[in-house]
Amino acid sequence: MSSNIPSDLHYTESHEWVRVHDDGTVTVGITDHAQHLLGDLVFVEIPEVGRAVDAAEACAVVESVKAASDIYSPLEGVIVEINEALADSPELINEDPYGEGWIFRLKTTAALDGLLDAVAYEAIAAADDEDEASLANPKLID
Amino acid sequence: MPFIPHTPDDVRAMLAALDAPTLAALFDEIPPALPIGELPGLPEALNELQVSRLLEGRAADYPRPLCFLGAGAYEHHLPAAVWDIVGRGEFYSAYTPYQPEASQGTLQVLYEYQSMMAGLTGLAVSNASLYDGGSALAEALLMAVRANRKSKSKRVLVPHSLHPFYRRTVQAIVHNQDLELVELAYDPAGGHTPLAALAPHAGQDFAALVIPQPNFFGVLEEVDALTDWAHQQNALAVAVVNPTALAILKPPGQWGKTGADIACGDGQPLGAPLSSGGPYFGFLCCRQDLVRQMPGRLVGRTVDLDGKSGFTLTLQAREQHIRRSKATSNICTNQGLMVTAATLYLSLLGPHGLEQVATACHANTRALVERLTRVTGVSRAFDRPVFHEAVLNLPCPVGEVLDGLLARGILGGFDLSGEYPELGNALLICATETREENDLQQYAEALAAVI
Repeated sequence: MSSNIPSDLHYTESHEWVRVHDDGTVTVGITDHAQHLLGDLVFVEIPEVGRAVDAAEACAVVESVKAASDIYSPLEGVIVEINEALADSPELINEDPYGEGWIFRLKTTAALDGLLDAVAYEAIAAADDEDEASLANPKLID
Repeated sequence: MPFIPHTPDDVRAMLAALDAPTLAALFDEIPPALPIGELPGLPEALNELQVSRLLEGRAADYPRPLCFLGAGAYEHHLPAAVWDIVGRGEFYSAYTPYQPEASQGTLQVLYEYQSMMAGLTGLAVSNASLYDGGSALAEALLMAVRANRKSKSKRVLVPHSLHPFYRRTVQAIVHNQDLELVELAYDPAGGHTPLAALAPHAGQDFAALVIPQPNFFGVLEEVDALTDWAHQQNALAVAVVNPTALAILKPPGQWGKTGADIACGDGQPLGAPLSSGGPYFGFLCCRQDLVRQMPGRLVGRTVDLDGKSGFTLTLQAREQHIRRSKATSNICTNQGLMVTAATLYLSLLGPHGLEQVATACHANTRALVERLTRVTGVSRAFDRPVFHEAVLNLPCPVGEVLDGLLARGILGGFDLSGEYPELGNALLICATETREENDLQQYAEALAAVI
């Protein structure tokens, strides 16, 4: 499986993407690869506006028909906006993970050094695909 | 889903497949010093006939007293069909089955149970049950703390008029999860939780207020005012209710301006015999938007690929097998057998029948109070309305009175002097629909004689 990994975004190993704006905020969502692994989303628990989060703190949950996963804040900051549309339309994440499916916007002064670029994230996603393939087709051992 | 045990041939076939000579060989990694081998001091084995005679003889030493004891578990008439049907092999399990969708009948029973509990409590969602009323309240409070997004607090306000066993059960379950239970005093004249007891907590941060209806004294709380007060303070209102009482009292979903958020309680009055304290079951219901914080199993109705109606476990992403350590509870077991009994009980009685039971309980308790307070020195402790229990003041220590009553074949009630010493010689009594006019008379005469 090859997934869409835009080169202008930053990424985390836990499959969040980060879009940097020039007003000191970043938008966060989950990657096309992640939404594909999760399958059809049925519910998104979004954090409340005004909440202060640490980097790597679990602050949202996405639930699909087969799994529920935490979403981790990629950076330390304060949540200034949430995507209210997800409450009624969680499928936006499946349909448009980098656009209408954004999850929250964070005001942050944290450096972006710890985040991955598209090339580094692509390697992680590719390794995942191999794992998934091996799980789907386990080798028989005599 | 009939249970078919392994035949000796099955066992031999499985042992052969495992290449094990005997069943015992499967356990040979247990050090030989550990198995006890044999139990010393056991009497000779008896056959079934001998055991029956032995136990019938012993049972005769303990005649069933006339029961006026409630305090959380209530003697009700159970139509014979309830346990006759529950005892069928298809239903006879305490659990939601593994591979649950293969057991459509079990799931349908649970779905109907959930529908009836949602109807009784006036809330949108019911789970498939929990262990008992006390642990259901603990789960309700953990749920309230998680669900209340307006409060970061883990404090919960708990009336002193709540069942003392529930308070202790909740404390045992939640204290390692850092919940803090703050007790609210009851009104000494009314036995209820007055708004004045809440006033000192106004403006503080707490997650939930517990509202028992009726409370442990049988007294009806001012549920509308309490619910609205909780919501004004950005706290959730958690109802602890007697399900029989809900047939004649306003359901929690209609309390105050917007209704209680969560309702729970013990389901024993709906079909479970007293049986020395259990098994009973807990019920838990909530508003639709809290459902993802709810613990326990939920059965939903759906259609299959051919469009045929069917039942399925739903919203399982809350549970441990998917959510792991972040599941809504470490317990997702339910009390399937008791819930089956409750479903049958409610089906056989119907809404009108349950209302008749509740009304008869209330009338009998009023009649009992009226008779007993004619005995010299006996008076009501609280002046507010009750459901089917009431607190009496006695002129002498309650323990001695209860002993005297038991010697006359009467289980007289619950001695409150241990849990509520400030009430003095206080006795909690109960008369359900099972008590008749001459039962009440018998109690009144015995009480007069003992005092």
